[in-house]
Amino acid sequence: MIKINKLLAILLLAPTLALAAGDSVKLDRAPINEDDQASLQRGARHFVNYCLNCHSASYMRYNRLEDIGLSKQQILDNLVFTGVKVGDLMKISMDPIEAKNWFGATPPDLSVVARSRASADGSGADWLYTYLRGFYRDAERPTGWNNTVYANVGMPHALWELQGEQVLAERKVQGAGFIKTEMALKLDKPGKLSPVEYDRMVTDLVNYMVFMAEPVRGDRKTIGMFVLIVLGLLFILTYALKKEYWKDVH
Amino acid sequence: MAATKKEPVQFVGAGPLNAPISGLLTWVDQRFPLMSLWRDHLSQYYAPKNFNFWYFFGSLAMLVLVIQIVTGIFLVMHYKPSAAEAFASVEYIMRDVPAGWFIRYMHSTGASAFFIVVYLHMFRGLLYGSYRQPRELIWIFGMLIYLSLMAEAFFGYLLPWGQMSFWGAQVIINLFDALPLIGPDLSTWIRGDFVISDATLNRFFAFHVIALPLVLLGLVAAHIMALHEVGSNNPDGVEIKKHKDAQGHPLDGIPFHPYYTVKDIVGVVVFLFLFFLVVFFMPEMGGYFLEYNNFIPADSLKTPPHIAPVWYFTPYYSILRAITEDFMLVLMIGVAAYVALIWFTVRDKRIGVAAVAIGLVVAVLMKGGPLAIEAKVWGVVMMGAATLIFFLLPWLDRSPVKSVRYKGPLVKGALTVFVIVFLVLGYYGTQTVTPAGTLISQIGTLIYFAFFLLMPWYSAMDKTKPEPDRVTM
Repeated sequence: MIKINKLLAILLLAPTLALAAGDSVKLDRAPINEDDQASLQRGARHFVNYCLNCHSASYMRYNRLEDIGLSKQQILDNLVFTGVKVGDLMKISMDPIEAKNWFGATPPDLSVVARSRASADGSGADWLYTYLRGFYRDAERPTGWNNTVYANVGMPHALWELQGEQVLAERKVQGAGFIKTEMALKLDKPGKLSPVEYDRMVTDLVNYMVFMAEPVRGDRKTIGMFVLIVLGLLFILTYALKKEYWKDVH
Repeated sequence: MAATKKEPVQFVGAGPLNAPISGLLTWVDQRFPLMSLWRDHLSQYYAPKNFNFWYFFGSLAMLVLVIQIVTGIFLVMHYKPSAAEAFASVEYIMRDVPAGWFIRYMHSTGASAFFIVVYLHMFRGLLYGSYRQPRELIWIFGMLIYLSLMAEAFFGYLLPWGQMSFWGAQVIINLFDALPLIGPDLSTWIRGDFVISDATLNRFFAFHVIALPLVLLGLVAAHIMALHEVGSNNPDGVEIKKHKDAQGHPLDGIPFHPYYTVKDIVGVVVFLFLFFLVVFFMPEMGGYFLEYNNFIPADSLKTPPHIAPVWYFTPYYSILRAITEDFMLVLMIGVAAYVALIWFTVRDKRIGVAAVAIGLVVAVLMKGGPLAIEAKVWGVVMMGAATLIFFLLPWLDRSPVKSVRYKGPLVKGALTVFVIVFLVLGYYGTQTVTPAGTLISQIGTLIYFAFFLLMPWYSAMDKTKPEPDRVTM
C-alpha cells in the first residue's frame, strides 16, 4: 500500500518536475563590461528611449547617471524627456491599472530587475540578455509575440523594429550518434539592425540595467580593495603583537 | 570624603598623564566597582592557556552582535516599517543614503555571519564537552541565545518586504495554523491580520529592533557571567582549577587580559577580512545571503515557484518537510524501538514504565485513527524538537571524559556523522522537493535524532582514553 502511495506521489509530481525542467532555459552569457562607460551611456539612452515608457525605474534618480560619466546638462538635454528635474526618480506617467488592462499584467519596475532575475541558471544580466533576444512571432498570443525565456509573457517585442521578426522553427542538430530535431529561433524578417548590431545594442542595454540595479557596485569594489589591504597590514601587526605577548606562555 | 575605603588606583604607562588618570580612576572606583569588574572579568580572569582555533568564535559572536546593533541603529534611521514604503526605503538606503549600501550590506552579511560563528561556537561545545558539569547553565543560556537569534533573524527577514520576506514568513506562520484546536486563531493573532500585512510588518519590526535585542543582550550577559563563575573549559576537557600556585591562580591558566585580548584581536582581524570580502565583493553570496527573489517587492497574489528559507534555517526546514504521511509508520517504529531499548537497558523500572506510557500516547497521536494528529503537525513538532533537543546534551552525554581528544571511535563517529547529516539536511532544505531529496531528508532526520537520543548508551559504552592531569599545548 505504501509503495502504491509513493508511486502515486511520484506520478503526481512528475508533471511539475517536467514543468520545472521546462522552466530552466539555457541562458546565453551576457558579454557586458561594467567598466565600459561608453557602453553604459549607450545603454542608458536605449533604456530611456525604449523601456522607460511602460516600465518605471522608480528607485533610480536621473542624476545618478553622473556615475557613468555624464554631466547634469547632458542628462537633461539627452535623457530627460518629461520635464522633470535632474534629481528626480525615473517614474512614468502610465497608469498601472490601465497598463494591466492592456498587457494582462502591470509592467514591473526595472530598477533592480538585473538582481532579481539572477538564479542558478545564470546572472540577472544573462537572463535579460537572453530574454531580450528571445522574442518570436506567435499568432496564438494576444500581442502576437512570445518568448523562449519567459513563456507567454505579456510584454510585446518593444525592439522588433530593430531586431526584426524571429520565428520558432525546427532545426536538425547532431546528437550523440543520431540527428535530433529541436526548436530554435530563426530570423524571419530582418530589422533595421543586423543580428550582430542588435546583440551589441542589447549588451549595452543590459550593461546599463546591471549598473542601475546597483549603482554603487563599482565603488564598493574599489573601496573593498583598500579595506582588505588595510586589514592585511593590520593582521601582520596584531599577529606580531600576539607573538610578543605569548613568548612567556609555555 | 570618599564613599568607600579602597586603595587608590595606580595607573602607569601614560607618562605625565599618570597622575590625573590615576586620580580620575580612583574617584570612579570609590563610587563604582570599576577595578573589581576589570579584575574579575579581564586582568585576573584566568583562562586555560591551551585554547585553539575553535575558541575564537565566542568573542567573534560578541563582535557580530555589536556590528548588528550598530548597523541596525543606522538602518532604522532611514527604514520605513510600512507595507507601502518598506521595499522602496531599503532601495533608498542602498542608493541615496550616504554609505547606506555599506551599512545595509554589513547588516545582511552580519546576519549570516552571526549564524556561521554561532554554529562553529556550538560545534566547539560538542567537540570538547563544554556543556558538561559544571557548565550546564552556560550551555542552556547559550541555547536560549541561539533560539532568540533564530527569532531575531526570522523577524528581521520580513522587513525588506521582498517576495522571499513575505512568502518565507507566510510558510512559517502557516506552521502554527496546522496546530490542532488553537492553530487558526493563533496564526491570526501572530499576524495581527488574516493575511501577512502592514500590521504584521509593524509588529515584526518592533520585535526585531527592540524586544529580541534586549533579550539577546540579557542572555549574553548571563552566558558570560555563568562562564566566569565556573571558568572556561579547554580542548583537553580537564579542570585547570585542580592545580593552583601559591597565589591561588591555576597553573595552566593565564590572565584573559592581555593574553587572550591580543590573541582574539588577531582572530577579529582575520574574521573582518573574510567578512568584508563578502560585504564588498559578493554581498549576495550567490543568492544565499541575499536571495534573488527578495529583489521583487512582496506580492500577496504571486506565490514564487520555489520558497526557500535563508540557509541557516534549512536543516530544520528539511526536517519539517521530511515528515510525510507515509513516514509516520517509520517514526512510530523508531519510537517503539526506543521505548524497548529503555525498557531492557534501564535498571530503574519506573523509568521503563514511564517510557512505555509516553510511547503509547505518542503512538496513538501518531497513528491512532481518529485521535491521530496529521503528519504536517508532526513536522512542526519534530522541527521544534530538533532545535530544543540541544538543551538536553549535558544530561545525555554519559562519557567519563569531556573532550573528543580522549573519546573513542563511537562518539567520534557519531559526531562526524551528525555534522555531515546537519549539512546534508541544510542542503536539501534549499532545494525544491524531489522524491530522492525527501527520502534522504527522512534518513537524515532519523540520524539527527538518533545522535541525541542514543547518546546515553553509545557515550557510556565507548572506549575512552585516559585524560591527562594537566592541559597539553
